[in-house]
Amino acid sequence: MAGAKKPVRILRNLNAKVAALPMITTALVIFVGCTIWTIVHSFTNSRLLPKLEFVGFDQYERLWSTRRWLVSIENLAYFGIGSLVFSLVIGFLLAALLDQKIRFENTVRTIILYPFALSFIVTGLVWQWILNPEFGIQHIVRGFGFENFVFDPLYNPDIVIFGVLIAGLWQGTGFIMVIMLSGLRGIDGEIWKASRIDGIPKWKTYLFVVIPMMRPTFVTALVLISAGIIKVYDLVVAQTNGGPGIASEVPAKYVYDSMFRSQNLGQGFAASTMMLLSVLVVLIPWAYLEFGGRKDGK
Amino acid sequence: MANNSINIAATAVSGPSGPKPRPLLSPRNIMIYSTLFIVCMYYALPLYVMIVTSLKGMPEIRLGNIFAPPVEITFQPWVKAWAEACTGLDCSGLSKGFWNSVKILIPSAALSILIASINGYALANWKFKGSEVFFTILIFGAFVPYQVIIYPIVIILRELGLFGKLPGLVLVHVIFGMPILTLLFRNYFTSLPEELFKAARVDGAGFWGIYFRIMVPMSLPIFVVALILQVTGIWNDFLFGVIYTKPENYPMTVQLNNIVNSVQGVKEYNVNMAATMLTGIVPLIIYFASGKLFVRGIAAGAVKG
Amino acid sequence: MTSVSIQNLDLNFGSVNVLKQLNLSIEEGEFLVLLGASGCGKSTLLNCIAGLLDVSDGQIFINGKNVTWAEPSDRGIGMVFQSYALYPQMTVKGNLSFGLKNARLPKPEIEERVARAAEILQIEPLLDRKPGALSGGQRQRVAIGRALVRDVDVFLFDEPLSNLDAKLRAELRVEIKRLHQKLGNTMIYVTHDQVEAMTLADRIAIMRDGLVQQLAGPDEIYNRPANKYVADFIGSPAMNFFEGQAKKDGTINIGNLDVDLKGYEFADGPVNGPVWFGYRPEHVVLGEAARQLPLCVEAVADIVEPMGSDTLIWTKIEGVDFRIRTDGQAKVAAGDPLLVGMDPRYASIFDQQTEERV
Ligand SMILES: Nc1ncnc2c1ncn2[C@@H]1O[C@H](COP(=O)(O)OP(=O)(O)OP(=O)(O)O)[C@@H](O)[C@H]1O
Ligand SMILES: [Mg+2]
Repeated sequence: MAGAKKPVRILRNLNAKVAALPMITTALVIFVGCTIWTIVHSFTNSRLLPKLEFVGFDQYERLWSTRRWLVSIENLAYFGIGSLVFSLVIGFLLAALLDQKIRFENTVRTIILYPFALSFIVTGLVWQWILNPEFGIQHIVRGFGFENFVFDPLYNPDIVIFGVLIAGLWQGTGFIMVIMLSGLRGIDGEIWKASRIDGIPKWKTYLFVVIPMMRPTFVTALVLISAGIIKVYDLVVAQTNGGPGIASEVPAKYVYDSMFRSQNLGQGFAASTMMLLSVLVVLIPWAYLEFGGRKDGK
Repeated sequence: MANNSINIAATAVSGPSGPKPRPLLSPRNIMIYSTLFIVCMYYALPLYVMIVTSLKGMPEIRLGNIFAPPVEITFQPWVKAWAEACTGLDCSGLSKGFWNSVKILIPSAALSILIASINGYALANWKFKGSEVFFTILIFGAFVPYQVIIYPIVIILRELGLFGKLPGLVLVHVIFGMPILTLLFRNYFTSLPEELFKAARVDGAGFWGIYFRIMVPMSLPIFVVALILQVTGIWNDFLFGVIYTKPENYPMTVQLNNIVNSVQGVKEYNVNMAATMLTGIVPLIIYFASGKLFVRGIAAGAVKG
Repeated sequence: MTSVSIQNLDLNFGSVNVLKQLNLSIEEGEFLVLLGASGCGKSTLLNCIAGLLDVSDGQIFINGKNVTWAEPSDRGIGMVFQSYALYPQMTVKGNLSFGLKNARLPKPEIEERVARAAEILQIEPLLDRKPGALSGGQRQRVAIGRALVRDVDVFLFDEPLSNLDAKLRAELRVEIKRLHQKLGNTMIYVTHDQVEAMTLADRIAIMRDGLVQQLAGPDEIYNRPANKYVADFIGSPAMNFFEGQAKKDGTINIGNLDVDLKGYEFADGPVNGPVWFGYRPEHVVLGEAARQLPLCVEAVADIVEPMGSDTLIWTKIEGVDFRIRTDGQAKVAAGDPLLVGMDPRYASIFDQQTEERV
């Protein structure tokens, strides 16, 4: 009886299952399979070609004693913290500004958001040009008579990552602003009325009432920014190509270079596994809060 | 005012009346609008600099400042960027990259939207055991750094004989576009009234019949949103292009980077900026033409399933 | 003394004129209900009084002070909203005291006011909870409390009960009435629920399209509606209307019937011309007693709806649908013959042209 039923069950909804095959394949083969493959191979001494000769944590030890990787991590930390703080703050402030029933709201939003439509390569090259000390901002300010003015972030190893950060923020803040704006518009208008009747100044209402109410929006923005930070690659390649020296290297670039330039696959696998780990550090608490919390609430 | 004060309680029409006067130049307005102006200047400036630089001749660039409008407008840099700029020894200009990008873009966008919409439709209307599990994996997959997956895909493509060829890159775009697009379509189809779907089933329409005759015609806006998302995303891609294609197939972004950041020869900033503009124009046109739909597309990425 | 006075108030949203030269005067300690169909401008008027909307023309006085340009917090008002509008991340206590703290009131005073409001509204046990952990009724009490602690003379309510279920609504309605009796403040209350309006109000202002149609006590509004709109709007089921021809001699002709309007109080004596003759379903007299009345017709019950406390009977008189409400014990079945009697004393007659009461 049961044996006779089984094939029917698989056949039921067959079209849908066939249609979902690309999704199932992608989910299993690419996102699960390939990830596991890379993690497994990060414990091997693969160089030009992947091979299953396990060497334990050797690759990781080597990784964490490579200066270039350490610089990459340090840069990622600066870039990441800078991106998070400035994107959230600027994105929120711009959204709050646009929420003041201003005229030309659409125009302003269009102008602030357009960089987001551009490629990181384009962004990187433009800012490379603007920050060029010979022709760009430094040159112009010196032209005003400040002969000793120095602003050459892309040529100064100590601050080069902030030069990249400026470009990254220019491209990304518009997006965060749009998310924040939709969060602000989602707040019940009667809350604002109530606070006006209570005589609370606007900034206080934002600070003590509206921002706490926008927690989900902030969390979403945080997750999106974090996912973007870890991936940062094109921008650095275009703007500085990791230079001067190795001063603006980032992990994603380290991975690419190990895999495709220096024939050091094992290093690339180990480095990319570290990247995955850092994403999980953000993602797991978030997923737990969002989805685990929802179950508790029920 | 003083001699009126006695009458205030007695007569009705006294004191403030009508709308509260709000001077256009109140401190609040001045602050808001001047801030907005500065902000807009800041965001618009790079685009302006790009255009201005690309219209100047090299001598003018060496003398002047990057913000000054061109004294003598020349389109030579654009012509050169399009037809003559060099990557290494190949001096056939950015046009090659442009056409490569077009060749990559059209099949990638079409295929990824087709597949993701069918996926989303199956997830929304034909749930089967396990479908949600696969979907969750897919969504979490969107957060896995590409770097973890790129090398195994190289192997897969090599096995399939697609490595270094355009179809291989198309496949990669379809795969990496899938999470966000599937989410987009699933959410949209879920929001459609279920009665439509049920009525069609009662009428005897099957899986594909309902998809093509009811779902697709009803969902044109979301297809446009998906198209905007994919066209800009694929056009702007650099990483996949550089990994999965050979130099003769490089998309525009990769070629642009090679042209501008090439170490040989004298730097021609005007040509570089013209090339940068040329690469940026396609997404910019889409952005300015689509307006609200673009915002909807990127916001769709922000909503959780 | 007048507590709130509104003079020639105009309000436009862009080119849409929502409030039109509105005049309204509310006495101190009065409970005024603004009643009207959805979209007639009730909330808009309330928001104007509160200062949440800039008026387009006219003036608003509260306690004799011209507050047309004053900030909402300086007007001496408290307001309660339909969606409660509590600050979700603060405790109940925080919600009640936020405005006071911001106004830099001394701490003991804040404590005292919060304690008093909590006691009046019986929310003392809830003070340390957050709004998310409260039921709808409790939330609305807190929202009322937030208005209460402001120690103001005028309370504004914008449909405060419409998010609650029927039972809670009835409970809170009584509570608001008790609150009003205890505090004696002026209250302006927006609703589209007739029962709330009739039970709570000292006076009701019936609004339509930004104009006050009638401003009077519930009794007057019910018994002597100023025009056909008000007559139709108030009462459930709605008033029955016949087209008729009034004559100077104080009679009216409805189809084949000639009726003497003895006992009807004309505004300016009998009139001549086409009129609407309105009669409330609950004022119909059935059975033999109907024969004593000037207007008595025979009819057949079409549909009978027994509702327990009373019975609704649908019938046709002179070709017009006619509703009758009689007591719940009436033994009537569909198809039964009825003797329907109407007393002109309870009728309402409106000019067909102006729709005003005559
Ligand atoms: N911000 C606004 N912009 C334009 N029109 C508005 C705005 N707010 C309200 N209106 C219009 O003004 C009219 C009156 O609205 P109002 O909210 O005062 O109605 P209401 O009587 O409170 O109705 P309800 O019982 O549904 O709450 C409506 O026709 C509405 O469409
Ligand atoms: Mg309303």
